[in-house]
Amino acid sequence: MKCRVCGQPASINLRSYKTALCDSDFIAFFEKRVATTIKKYRLIAEGDVPIVAVSGGKDSLSLWHLMNKLGIPCDGIYIDLGIEGYSDKSLDKIKKVAETLKRKVYVFPIGSVFDRGIDGLAKAIRRVPCSACGMIKRYMMNRICMDKGYNVLVTGHNLDDEASALFGNILYWKKEYLWKKDIALEAKEGHLSRKVKPFFLCSEREAAAYAIMSGIDYVYEECPFSMGAKSLTYKGMLNKLEEKSPGTKLMFLKGYLRALKERTKNEIDLQEETRETKYCVNCGYPSYTEKCTFCWTLEKFGLHCNIIFDEYC
Amino acid sequence: MKVEWEGKNYEFEKPMQVSRLLEELSLSREAHLVVANSKLVTEDHKLGIDDDIRVIRVISGG
Ligand code: SF4
Ligand SMILES: [Zn+2]
Ligand SMILES: [Zn+2]
Repeated sequence: MKCRVCGQPASINLRSYKTALCDSDFIAFFEKRVATTIKKYRLIAEGDVPIVAVSGGKDSLSLWHLMNKLGIPCDGIYIDLGIEGYSDKSLDKIKKVAETLKRKVYVFPIGSVFDRGIDGLAKAIRRVPCSACGMIKRYMMNRICMDKGYNVLVTGHNLDDEASALFGNILYWKKEYLWKKDIALEAKEGHLSRKVKPFFLCSEREAAAYAIMSGIDYVYEECPFSMGAKSLTYKGMLNKLEEKSPGTKLMFLKGYLRALKERTKNEIDLQEETRETKYCVNCGYPSYTEKCTFCWTLEKFGLHCNIIFDEYC
Repeated sequence: MKVEWEGKNYEFEKPMQVSRLLEELSLSREAHLVVANSKLVTEDHKLGIDDDIRVIRVISGG
């Protein structure tokens, strides 16, 4: 197979785009597509101060590298889950990228803040690890923005992540989540940062190829708690469809974004809109109750949390 | 032909195309990339007997 642009041997075949490209032409193609997405969906505006949520995996490290390469300077935020043999390894790779990019990375070390890793913490608050992890990540990533003056949180969610989550929401008709997903979520001034996903329309395979071709050293291992995740089954099924009809996943998500724009609001939206936005009396995080889930949980289980972020670079 | 896949090493006696290798290992081409001698290669690429090959899973959970 030859590169569509230069005729050299291709290194990746992109069936959904009916093209094959060599390393340097793929890198250019991928960067241009992300730049177009950022522009078309107005993900980043002039004067924004974005920060990238990094995990050490291919998506977030590729994204961090790419944003800076596009001339959008971004620092990083890493939530260290304190999982032996995984979190420390991830942090090492993140620090290396920070060094190369000459950007700062903030680290919230769960292990030292709570005196136990995510599994111990999850037990203490009677949740499963992924649920505890989700709550802390959401909270701390917003907190870093509020405390340190970033107004946009940029995450590495890719086409496969979004398509599999949407698929799961439709499969079980989770109406309360169905239309919540978006490529950009708006801020609540002074309380909640804007959230954007520049890889929304880029497949996982493309993000991995970009990382490999750009020489980004990412953590190949997975979080041990992701084993058996439903999303993996959905991704496998969607990839089977994709193999038969290339471009299916992209059409699924693009169609969703269009439908989201055109749809008329349903009862749930209207109810939520009329509901007054309230904020946690403790910390200011949006919350329908007096205290947000994070503050409430810590208090209920007698835990203390000194919110300090380690800084590197 | 030495093939590294999920931390294990496999030996294949004959040269073959990348697509064939993925079939032999029962792997989806949407979910995997193949690196031969440190370079990504497409499905129709013919792997040589002396090549150093690594299969990379691109799908992650979470
Ligand atoms: S798989 Fe690991 S990183 Fe992902 S939500 Fe669960 S605990 Fe957190
Ligand atoms: Zn080329
Ligand atoms: Zn709170």
